Amino acid sequence: MSRTIDDVVSPTQTNTIPADISGQMLDLDEDDDFEVFSKDSTLADGSMFNASMQTSPGSMVNQCKFEEDEDGDSKDIFITVDNPESHVTAIETFITYRVLTKTTRSEFDNSEYEVRRRYQDFHWLKGKLEEAHSTLIVHPLPEKFVVKGMVERFNGDFIETRRKALHKFLNRIADHPILSCSEDFKVFLSAQAWELTTYKKQGPGFLSRMGETVRAVANSVRGVKNRPEEFTAIQEYVEDFSNKISSLDKVTQRIVKEQKEYLEELKEYGPTYTLWSGSEEELAEQLKGVAGCIERCCQETEEQVGHLSDTLVPVLHEYVLCAETLKAVLRRRDNIQAEFEAKNEALATKKVDRDALKVEIDKLEDRVEWANNALKGDWVRWQRSMRGDLKSAFLSTAEKNVDYYEKCLAVWETFLLSQRTEPSEETDRDNTS
Amino acid sequence: MRQQHTTQEDMMADSGPKEVAVIGNTDLTSAELDNNIKNTMVEIEKGTSLLRKMEISVAEAEKRTGKNTVNMQEIYTVYLIETRPVDALTEGITPDSLWRRYSEFELLRNYLLVTYPFVVVAPLPEKRAEIVWHKLSADNMDPDFVERRRVGLENFLLRVASHPVLCNDNIFYIFLTEEKDWKEMVYETGFQAKADSRLKAVNAAFRVKNPDGRFTELKHYSDELQTVLSQLLRVRARVADRLYGVYKVHGNYGRVFSEWSAIEKEMGDGLQSAGHHMDAYAASVDDILEEEEHYADQLKEYLFYTDALRAVCRKHELTQFELEMVALDLACKKQQKEELVTGTVRTFSLKGMTSKLFGQETAEQREAKLQVLEQQLEEGEEAVKEKNTESDEFVKTAWVDIERFKDQKDRDLKEALISYAVMQISMCKKGIQVWTNAKECFNKM
Repeated sequence: MSRTIDDVVSPTQTNTIPADISGQMLDLDEDDDFEVFSKDSTLADGSMFNASMQTSPGSMVNQCKFEEDEDGDSKDIFITVDNPESHVTAIETFITYRVLTKTTRSEFDNSEYEVRRRYQDFHWLKGKLEEAHSTLIVHPLPEKFVVKGMVERFNGDFIETRRKALHKFLNRIADHPILSCSEDFKVFLSAQAWELTTYKKQGPGFLSRMGETVRAVANSVRGVKNRPEEFTAIQEYVEDFSNKISSLDKVTQRIVKEQKEYLEELKEYGPTYTLWSGSEEELAEQLKGVAGCIERCCQETEEQVGHLSDTLVPVLHEYVLCAETLKAVLRRRDNIQAEFEAKNEALATKKVDRDALKVEIDKLEDRVEWANNALKGDWVRWQRSMRGDLKSAFLSTAEKNVDYYEKCLAVWETFLLSQRTEPSEETDRDNTS
Repeated sequence: MRQQHTTQEDMMADSGPKEVAVIGNTDLTSAELDNNIKNTMVEIEKGTSLLRKMEISVAEAEKRTGKNTVNMQEIYTVYLIETRPVDALTEGITPDSLWRRYSEFELLRNYLLVTYPFVVVAPLPEKRAEIVWHKLSADNMDPDFVERRRVGLENFLLRVASHPVLCNDNIFYIFLTEEKDWKEMVYETGFQAKADSRLKAVNAAFRVKNPDGRFTELKHYSDELQTVLSQLLRVRARVADRLYGVYKVHGNYGRVFSEWSAIEKEMGDGLQSAGHHMDAYAASVDDILEEEEHYADQLKEYLFYTDALRAVCRKHELTQFELEMVALDLACKKQQKEELVTGTVRTFSLKGMTSKLFGQETAEQREAKLQVLEQQLEEGEEAVKEKNTESDEFVKTAWVDIERFKDQKDRDLKEALISYAVMQISMCKKGIQVWTNAKECFNKM
């Protein structure tokens, strides 16, 4: 699939890049206000306020251990997402991806599964996971729609980028000690298409979900009164982190853009030396040599940009989405607490059946405690993987850049060597005459 | 035989603000000189009678204000030309110096062009900065531009001073040594009257029948070279522009890493130091591109040289054309004589017509006419001889200088391309260093 510059660098790219980019060109050193545009696509999932799903602490016991588990060593479920295919029906066209699972877990009947899933299905899964575990941090999905309306949903690069992100999404869930035990997750991986459709239809109906959402919104309007300090700290961190990671995302995309424009000019530069060599005699060889060097550097530059686009850009983008997820998780936690606080106040003021209310309040209190613990645990886990992911992405980028310069260095040094040998031939001639 | 090779850097004078070029190898005996006819270094030796005696440099530039020809205030730049006898190298003998404006350099060059039309005269640096990579440096008052122009002017003087013919010119010598009255002296030479009108030259270029094939080839070459160098310089400027963008955006990494490090515990140090390296990376592009400007200037000099090449070709076409004209005239006259002698009119002529209409001329009239024709024929023969000699002389001397120029060009451009490769290598090494450092910082995250 040929990539054109337009596919990736067009202004219809996912993240907002300031329109007046040229003005920033020469002022970058003094530019303190490298604007952070807010992402205006709030993920639909983030607004799933299903705060009152009955998840008693007791039922958690049956689920997997909550402690951190060693990354990689005890990995017992391997998932790949590949092989995108387009499907055309009377109503729509869509892409499905093959999801291949290999596992040794006892909950699964087989050790291997191969199914086809479309984006909708991934979206459904994420929603279910967040419903069931509202204060756990679910790794983000690639966006449903591209901001600023990219026309070509079926563009090769777009599909590939999405595929990689979906692959990461499933593997993150598989790595998560609690989420990977989800029944919904199991069904997602193993059910045939029609089975999945049937399964999806179960569960609380649309109207009941509406009721939940309304209540959740009502609670969030009231706001939480006594948020524990640590969650406020996390919230502040998430705010800052969100800003920083968005900036990095934009900077990196800008670098890719500039690098590509540089490459375009460089591609025209080499041939001018070749053209010149056509008019020269003595200099022809040397000029062709320079042209060759520039061409090889072009190839290296192309590779370097590709690496940047494949490695750093997606990771930064993921964490931009992560930041939004975190904000949503914190909001949901707040809502759980707000609901509890509201009921608590009612106890003091309203004339209702105190005993029934007390029972409810105890349940809510447990919920708050469980939610807080879940979040705290997952927060530590998330930070670790964030550090790991970003460190490895930047490391890889730095390594690639070193490699790039080393390769270009070799190209020019070889050329120089070929030039320097000639003068020594001249001096030999002089010395013998 | 030991040769003392002077490096191209001396010739190009592009290695720093106060660099002084000395080409003063006194080791060669005259016998060795004769033996080294083919050695291009020797051709410089022969012409450096001036440079053997004195060092020349354009040391400084200064702004002046004054009234111009239309009595308006203007700001202009003057350049300090310093000259010093070669022997006085060691002690702190202050050089003689005088100030010259760019327009005076132009006047000098025009004088040389007219006075030595067979010489490929070195070009002056740009009057206005045209092919620039960075919009800022398009300003004539910009210090970087002024500095590069200073270097270019010094280079021009050294080129002239090392030219075997031009170095002996008195006007040039006085340009270097006496500030006042030089302009008057130049005008007094009357060179402006000797200048060929452009119209004459263009006319000759169209109508000349048998120019020397080598000059035609040279003209094509200079056109090709001009086209290709213009294009190359334009693209290079765009590449430089883009490279600047890439490097400078990395500066943003520096800032954001620094801010981000403030909210991270474990990653803070790694990020902070990585940020510094990103800043260093962004800053490094300024020096890289400044060096490349020198390379561009070397190419520009040869771009401008193409004008000088074309001027020599035009002069050849003009002398050849004039030769053809007098030869044609002579042939005409010969034919007229023949007609007069034999009484036949071979070609249609007004004379033939009138003689048919008004009758033949008398014998005396014919005799008188014959006398005049004989005289004209003699003069014509003389003229043809003269023009022939002139043309031959010109072709000979011009071609010697063209060969000299070709060798110079090949040498200079070879060096320039090598220095370009060296620059690229240096840039790559800097890149390796920065990103290796950054990698270590990321490792600590």
